[in-house]
Amino acid sequence: MSISRKMIKTLLAAACLMAVCALFTGCGKKKIIGELTVINYGEYLDPDMLDLFTEETGIKINYEEALTPEEMYTKYSSGAIKYDLVCTSDYMMQKMIKDGEFLQIPWDQMEYKDNIGKKYYEYAAMFDEGNKYCLPYFWGTLGILYNTKKVSKPVDSWDVLFNGEYSGEIIMQNSMRDTFMVALKYLGYSINTTNPDEIRAAYDLLLKQKSQVQAYLVDEARDEVVAGNAVMAVIYSGEAYLGHEYNNDLAYVIPKEGSNVWFDCWAITKNCENTEFAAKFLDFLCREDVAAANFEYIYYSTPNTKVIEGLDEEDRENESLVPSEDATKNCEVCLQAPDDITALMNDLWKKLKSE
Amino acid sequence: MNEDKVRNGNRRSLLSGPYALWIAGFTILPLIVIMKYALTDKTGAFTTANLTAIFTDPINRKALWLSLKIAVGTTLICILLSYPMVLAMKHLGLGKKGFSLFIIILPMWMNFILRVLAWQMILSNNGLLNLLLTTLGFEPVRIANTETAIMIGSVYDYLPYMMLPIFTAIMEINEDLIEAAKDLGAGGFTVFRKVIFPLSIPGLLSGFVMVFVPSMTSFVIADILGGGKLQLIGNIIEQEFTTANNWPAGSGLSVMLMLLVLISTAFTMRRKTEGRESALW
Repeated sequence: MSISRKMIKTLLAAACLMAVCALFTGCGKKKIIGELTVINYGEYLDPDMLDLFTEETGIKINYEEALTPEEMYTKYSSGAIKYDLVCTSDYMMQKMIKDGEFLQIPWDQMEYKDNIGKKYYEYAAMFDEGNKYCLPYFWGTLGILYNTKKVSKPVDSWDVLFNGEYSGEIIMQNSMRDTFMVALKYLGYSINTTNPDEIRAAYDLLLKQKSQVQAYLVDEARDEVVAGNAVMAVIYSGEAYLGHEYNNDLAYVIPKEGSNVWFDCWAITKNCENTEFAAKFLDFLCREDVAAANFEYIYYSTPNTKVIEGLDEEDRENESLVPSEDATKNCEVCLQAPDDITALMNDLWKKLKSE
Repeated sequence: MNEDKVRNGNRRSLLSGPYALWIAGFTILPLIVIMKYALTDKTGAFTTANLTAIFTDPINRKALWLSLKIAVGTTLICILLSYPMVLAMKHLGLGKKGFSLFIIILPMWMNFILRVLAWQMILSNNGLLNLLLTTLGFEPVRIANTETAIMIGSVYDYLPYMMLPIFTAIMEINEDLIEAAKDLGAGGFTVFRKVIFPLSIPGLLSGFVMVFVPSMTSFVIADILGGGKLQLIGNIIEQEFTTANNWPAGSGLSVMLMLLVLISTAFTMRRKTEGRESALW
């Protein structure tokens, strides 16, 4: 008696389950054939594109975000979530390539890979020899966003940050490498220096500058210059573009001493079980309509030549959107520093912040 | 009869099951993991260096000192703001009392980060405060990105946690005691000093724990209102975990900070139970 009742219950439960399944498959959407777990910077992909991708391919995207490359790496290396694809910056890419974290991108499966300009693959080769692992996604420069109405003469050098003329009106990046980069370039050193003396010299300069710095910010730096709370900020080109949109008095310059040209790239991790799906996703990102949607969502410089060709003239001549060859002449890609240099910089950065 | 009691007792302890599971999974287990990290170096070998670093490293010492300064300042200001307000509320009618309480609790309905960001807008160089000052003909002030700014933000965020327990404690005081003190010739201040204040100490101590501990350990307020120029111990811990990727160092600092906080709260908790007992007598 009791057994048959149990059986009825089980049967009923199974029937319910089947009904529910039927409900889900019956609503016209493409059947889910697999999933990919990706990690990207925050607000760094038009969310509509994820839905579009799932709709077209039936591959579900589990989307995770991180604020900085370091945060991404911490999440990745903790192993709590197995990521199939990561998007991160050049120097972190370099470290992870060296650690053997990536699989080669199956380029032959990618129809639209040539939408990415050759020049950008060449830049990427600086940290990814032979272009095996990295697909350039967005790129840009670090420079100075300043209020043209509040400076005595046009800004063209890092000197304005250190000469004391704009004391209390300067915003620096709250990020170790970026802030050290500014000082190193101003002193005429390479941003990838491995000479401890040069790094200490940069620290001394930054320490002297600290009393003149209004704040070390990341996301709010642009808004503070837009709102007129500060005259200038060290800022990424994409942020500078938006700043100019909000306030026409603002201009962006890549200082003549040179700066950092950065690349954010996608790569397939060694945890990825289905590289075919991963390649589909990367190819999708290269497609003109998708790249254009992401460009309009983010407004950083795109390496997608098809998208650049489609820009109107004003945008194409905007230094913060499409940097000229001349301006990027002295720029370097930021590479992963050896462990002892990173430790030294970490230490000096902590010291700088606590002084 | 006795069996029934035991069974009842067992059944009741079952009720705490879900919470016990929660605590085991999300408090005890993470604590054990943090302990393990704190006692090992990057290679996994045993060390106590991570624990002592809070005192031996001058950067950590400085951050700890600044945190302590801000936490003590925040707590004191909260106490000084709470007592007059609560005393003023004491004699309000039921409706007005309810309304005042509502006003005190209202900011807590808004997200904590949003409240801090609002203060950033108010205090920035061209912010609301300076706009107000300059239109009234005063010199603008530079409060943004200073210790003062961090303290203002902390006081704003934690004030209700001080005010509410003090309010409850003072409302519990029997009016007859105050009447008696007055009959015996005590003035307003003496009544406060000899009757109201001593009887409100349990509330004050809960308020102390709820304000001092979070303002000692927070890092978001310092990041937003300090402009990244000031480092509290919370900021250092955050950096060890995120940018420096040095979990052992971050865990060591966390464990030591937890110990320091435990010691201070254990002290106040003992005082609190003593206070209750003497109140009973």
